[in-house]
Amino acid sequence: MKSWLRQHRQAIAAAFGKVAAQKSAAALNALVIGIALALPAGGYALLASVRVATAGSALEPQLSVFLRVEATRAEAEALGTKLKADSRVREVRFVPREQALKELQAVEGLAEVVAALNSNPLPDSFVLRPKSADAAVLEALAGGLRGLPAVAVVQVDSAWARRLGALAGTARLAIALLAALLAFGLVAITFNTIRLQILTQRAEIEIAKLIGATDAFIRRPFLYLGALQGLAGGLVALVILWGSFSALNVGVAELAASYGSGFRLAPLSPGDALAVVLFSSGLGWFGALLSVSKYLLEIEPR
Amino acid sequence: MISFSAVAKRYAGGQEALKRVSFSIEQGEFAFIAGHSGAGKSTLLKLIPAIERPSSGAVLVNGQNVGALKRAALPYLRRNLGLVFQDQKLLYDRTVFDNVMLPLAFGDFDSREAGRRVRAALEKVGLLAREKANPVQLSGGEQQRLAIARAVVNRPAVLIADEPTANLDAASAVEILEIFAAFNQVGVTVMVATHDEALIERFAGRVLRLAKGSIVD
Repeated sequence: MKSWLRQHRQAIAAAFGKVAAQKSAAALNALVIGIALALPAGGYALLASVRVATAGSALEPQLSVFLRVEATRAEAEALGTKLKADSRVREVRFVPREQALKELQAVEGLAEVVAALNSNPLPDSFVLRPKSADAAVLEALAGGLRGLPAVAVVQVDSAWARRLGALAGTARLAIALLAALLAFGLVAITFNTIRLQILTQRAEIEIAKLIGATDAFIRRPFLYLGALQGLAGGLVALVILWGSFSALNVGVAELAASYGSGFRLAPLSPGDALAVVLFSSGLGWFGALLSVSKYLLEIEPR
Repeated sequence: MISFSAVAKRYAGGQEALKRVSFSIEQGEFAFIAGHSGAGKSTLLKLIPAIERPSSGAVLVNGQNVGALKRAALPYLRRNLGLVFQDQKLLYDRTVFDNVMLPLAFGDFDSREAGRRVRAALEKVGLLAREKANPVQLSGGEQQRLAIARAVVNRPAVLIADEPTANLDAASAVEILEIFAAFNQVGVTVMVATHDEALIERFAGRVLRLAKGSIVD
């Protein structure tokens, strides 16, 4: 075990030695990998920011049932009882017209408009969460409610949220595809770097094999070099992301403020940042493994 | 200890380097493999650490048929053999000390024990004072002595040298052979391939003479 640890320590030191010996090439490789990783990682961070900002919006189907303005509170209560008894409805929330007016007043820029009104023009309403998300079921429920005498308007108001959800899903898929493509690129970059390293050290590898080095012993420094290159690329990606988001947030904050929002692009969480670094390091290791598996076999002492 | 039984070696191009060669080397023997260039000396020596595999016949080292060994077993065979080459095969980006340390890097030695062994090996070949030098700073004879130190640092039971004196002047060649003889005195089996008849005459040892791939006497 002690010997095994010593050999790994030596292999890590050898990997750092190779990086130190070719600083410029190593820095360029890390930059290329970093840029490639920053794209999907940035997309992921952007989506995470949007998800946080829209967390309050229900993606589940929702129906708003507005009563006629002249409907009495007794009629509203009767309708509420009927809705709660409906087996297709999971949740019923009554929004009295007074509360609706208060909420309208709270919307930026509308306080003065509401204050100018002589009376409350808003009706009582119900917000329903149906059990099913099926469009036909929703439409049937909405249609039945529209026929009731106390009801003025029924609005199936989950459509935008569903569209946003679908859009986010598509974006996530696009990012996953981009990440997969760029991961392949990272593996290819590492594969080629390690191939060149192996060819450069061909004589040394031959000698090591001659005097009894196992393939694992020879392979190890190259694997660490691949992992180290991936790790450096991952760190560069995080720096690129942090720098880009910091720069973009100046404009984003201004734009969001004009909509009364405090939205900001958030950098990756510590857990996600660690995952990016580990992932890139793992891919570097994998690229190196493919390369040494192919080329070490071709080098035999003569 | 080392036994060749009807060993033939034919290279991919059709060249027949060895023709049904049979002999045995006992433990503690000092044997010269003599013959002109192209006689098959190098091929014969390369079959022992399985750098080359026989086309037919069997090469046994301590009873183990090395020609049939799997690739993964070769490092463990080679660690028990000390190999010295005409071109030394040194690493010129490392010090003398680090070159000798190389075979111990994949052994089970702690750094103190490894360092002690390296210095002992360098002392035996008279290079202890040059341990921090780079191999390029050494003369041809010193480089060959360095290669011997690397070959013996693992304390192998067999030392195999392929034309170790080919590039050396006569005095350096004798020095190198004296080092091999000293190891043989303490029980190490030594096999040296050479075409230098003067050297063979100077040192007492069994001679296996090769000509056109066959043992002639």
